[in-house]
Amino acid sequence: MPARLQVDLSRPVLIAVTALLVVMIVLPMGWLVVYSLSDKQGAPTLGNFVTLFTDPSFVDPLITTLIIAVSVSTICCLVAAPLGWLVARTDMPIRRIVRTLVMASLVTPPFVGAIAWEMLAAPNSGLLNQLWRNLAGMPSDEALLDIYSLPGLIFVIACYTFPYVFILVANALDRMPGELEDASSMLGAKTWQTARLITVPLALPTILAGALVAFLQALNLFGSPAILAIPAGFHTLTTRIWSLFQFPPKPELAAAASLPLLLLTVLLLRGQALALGRRGYAVLGGKYGEPRLVRLGAWRWPAAAAALLVLAMPLFLPYAALFNSAFSRVASRLVTPDTITLHNLRFTFLELSSTMPALKNTFLLATLAATLGALLALLIAYIVARRAIRGHRVLAFLATAPLAIPGIVLGVGLFLAYTRPPLMLYGTLWILLIAFITIELPAAYQQLSSAFHAVHPELEEAGRMLGATRLRTLADITAPLLRSAVIATWCFVFVAVIRELSAAVILFTSETKVLSVLIFDLKESGDVGAIAVLSLAMVGITTVVIAIANRFGGGREAGRLHARAEG
Amino acid sequence: MTRRLTRRSVLAGTAAIATGSLAVDVKAAPEAQSITPALVEAAKKEGKLSWYTSVDLPVAEKIAKAFEAAYPGVSMKVERSGAEHIFQRIGQEAQSKVSNCDVVNSSDAAHLIIWKRAQMLASYLPEEVAKHFPKEHFDPDGMYASWRVTLSPIAYNTSLVKAEEAPKGFNDLLDARWSGKIVKAHPGYSGTIMTATQQLSRELGWRFLEKLAKQKVMQVQSAADPPKKVTAGERAVMADGTEYMVNLLQSRGEPIAEVYAVEGTPLITGPSAVMASAPNPNAARLFYAWSMTAEAQQLNVEVGALRSVHPLVKDRPERRKLSDIKTLREDAAAVADQADDIKAR
Repeated sequence: MPARLQVDLSRPVLIAVTALLVVMIVLPMGWLVVYSLSDKQGAPTLGNFVTLFTDPSFVDPLITTLIIAVSVSTICCLVAAPLGWLVARTDMPIRRIVRTLVMASLVTPPFVGAIAWEMLAAPNSGLLNQLWRNLAGMPSDEALLDIYSLPGLIFVIACYTFPYVFILVANALDRMPGELEDASSMLGAKTWQTARLITVPLALPTILAGALVAFLQALNLFGSPAILAIPAGFHTLTTRIWSLFQFPPKPELAAAASLPLLLLTVLLLRGQALALGRRGYAVLGGKYGEPRLVRLGAWRWPAAAAALLVLAMPLFLPYAALFNSAFSRVASRLVTPDTITLHNLRFTFLELSSTMPALKNTFLLATLAATLGALLALLIAYIVARRAIRGHRVLAFLATAPLAIPGIVLGVGLFLAYTRPPLMLYGTLWILLIAFITIELPAAYQQLSSAFHAVHPELEEAGRMLGATRLRTLADITAPLLRSAVIATWCFVFVAVIRELSAAVILFTSETKVLSVLIFDLKESGDVGAIAVLSLAMVGITTVVIAIANRFGGGREAGRLHARAEG
Repeated sequence: MTRRLTRRSVLAGTAAIATGSLAVDVKAAPEAQSITPALVEAAKKEGKLSWYTSVDLPVAEKIAKAFEAAYPGVSMKVERSGAEHIFQRIGQEAQSKVSNCDVVNSSDAAHLIIWKRAQMLASYLPEEVAKHFPKEHFDPDGMYASWRVTLSPIAYNTSLVKAEEAPKGFNDLLDARWSGKIVKAHPGYSGTIMTATQQLSRELGWRFLEKLAKQKVMQVQSAADPPKKVTAGERAVMADGTEYMVNLLQSRGEPIAEVYAVEGTPLITGPSAVMASAPNPNAARLFYAWSMTAEAQQLNVEVGALRSVHPLVKDRPERRKLSDIKTLREDAAAVADQADDIKAR
């Protein structure tokens, strides 16, 4: 009896999936709260929060983090909105190339970007500073740029955050009906007036949403601050949490310091949902013509030059620096045909005994996380989309909840939850696998659930009516229709795992090191050549996988998925 | 073979526990062990080992390759981090009952004292150590021995600073002209710097370090990094950092020169030990014993520019002899007690 069987199955499935999500999300977050309310002996106390809000070593990072987040979000909007407009609504030359390149700059993990900018703009050895000194004839201890500073850090974070805002804005402008602008110009408004009175107000909700995305990115980023803020002698909230795991570890304080980050993220995501929810009024049903392109006239080439200048910051300059370091013995000197060396390649792949285990771990984890994560997301998306089981709303909530958990906070929570019986997972790859699946689940779920919504149940119902079982219908009708979405999801989880640093840096042990942690570790001892080689290798792998994903038509989702892949 | 292996590891385990408990009343000196064919065989059977060390990564990898060449069939994995990170990692792993580490080497001798107290080390006294090493450079219970020695000198970039203008000692670094030109490593990361800071604060007082902090010092993590920053021209002078890195850069023709401070140069011993919970106990003992031989110690000097306490080892001819340098006395027990305080500052 298929019907009976189905009722019998749905309950265990619901229980199993819920239990899994509890193990992944509720347990770590629960321990986080418990720890934040305990003292060293485990007795209940509010002392951790008192310390958090009175001790300058916590208050300062909190303020610094807020300054960074506000500045980054402002800069991102100021750069991304005009650039998005240029690309989507004007006749600027090379606008397709610019759009592709901005997307491509997202391939760079933020911590790799920070390392590259260190090579460029360290006050004395930075290549740009050396160039400036040569050109301006300044003494050797004068510096034009100092990347080890608050403005430096804000700049670097903004470099790798504005593409998210750009994608949102450009996509929104693509969709914006051209008729409204046409009407405006027919009524006699000049080009600039139309832009000011029609285009900007219509794009405003998207820009606001973009600002929130940028704010969240900057708030929860670990890699770039760890690389730039610590040498500059200050902390952000994430690096401070990480430092609490240094000796002697203070997990209670780390837990307490994680909670404001968690709370703020939840609040901002609510805000973002509100801002994006209002986006609807820009597209008022009916079919619109292609938006009319604004003629830039004499400004066409200056605009293109400005766009390329913007792209130099996250893309051209950093990659030039990385390639320079990879093939040079001393990173602070420019490679010439005489000094070019394969020494770093040889060292990284032949001598460095951690390279191969780290690559192996990374590939194993990325493959497993992508496969299991995509399967889990598929199962949940199916249950929710087809309302297959009562209680599917709980699943939908749990599957999107990790979006609100910053990587480092999840790392702390998992560490607290799984360094104790009954599940001693610390020191195994399992704990990293749980972390990675949890972090990527919301994006995977969102992508697959929208894919499910695109497959009308009628098709499945037809199959059922013709006598096929539920599984048979799934296999013969739904699965082929979803194939490309699943492959794209798989690729993006894979890529996101390869880049993940903030949870991994809390959870790794020497036997479970991954590529991002290895790069971070090498950074501490200043082995710049090996770092450059490994970073380029990482970006190379990422690019290949993304290219595969794009072939299967998942490119549009890239922005959203990447939004969770902070370093 | 498997049975013998088990018995051997059980024996080793009991020995470690016994030494720990006996240490209180009898203090029976452990018997010196030579590298026997049986040990080599057993190590090959395990086939691998993991070495936690804080020595500069390329140096560590070269030493690992030399060991693998000496005993084919045993592959080594180097886990390099700052000594203080290694200490934290081993503590964290022990707490979570994870045993990954076979042989540990730290540039903070205090760690070995703490691990010994916590009974985390195995007693194993290689013949070579018992026969040749000075008494103060190995533990009487056979828990650890000084695998390496280095100094933490001042150094400067010779193309940025003229020799006659270079600082002569630590107090010179407080001069206004060095403001914004000094790089220094972090005692919260590096064991070398932890030890050096403890010695400097004892000899010159905390006032010195507070004044130094006002010189707009660039702070890096590893003690191997300041020499690299100096040769890159990022800063003109380093206030601390490892001597071996300075020497290695010199031999590559980089513009860096060391200064042995008039106040005395911090001396840092880096002892190694076999972990009691080593997952590859035989390979661990083999590597530990090999690393203390005159041949391996000579390699430390040649590829790593480290100093050795082995009397048969010849130092690099171009550098000043250890006995001719005024060094600051090391006080591992004091570091063990003051570590938290030093990090807090």
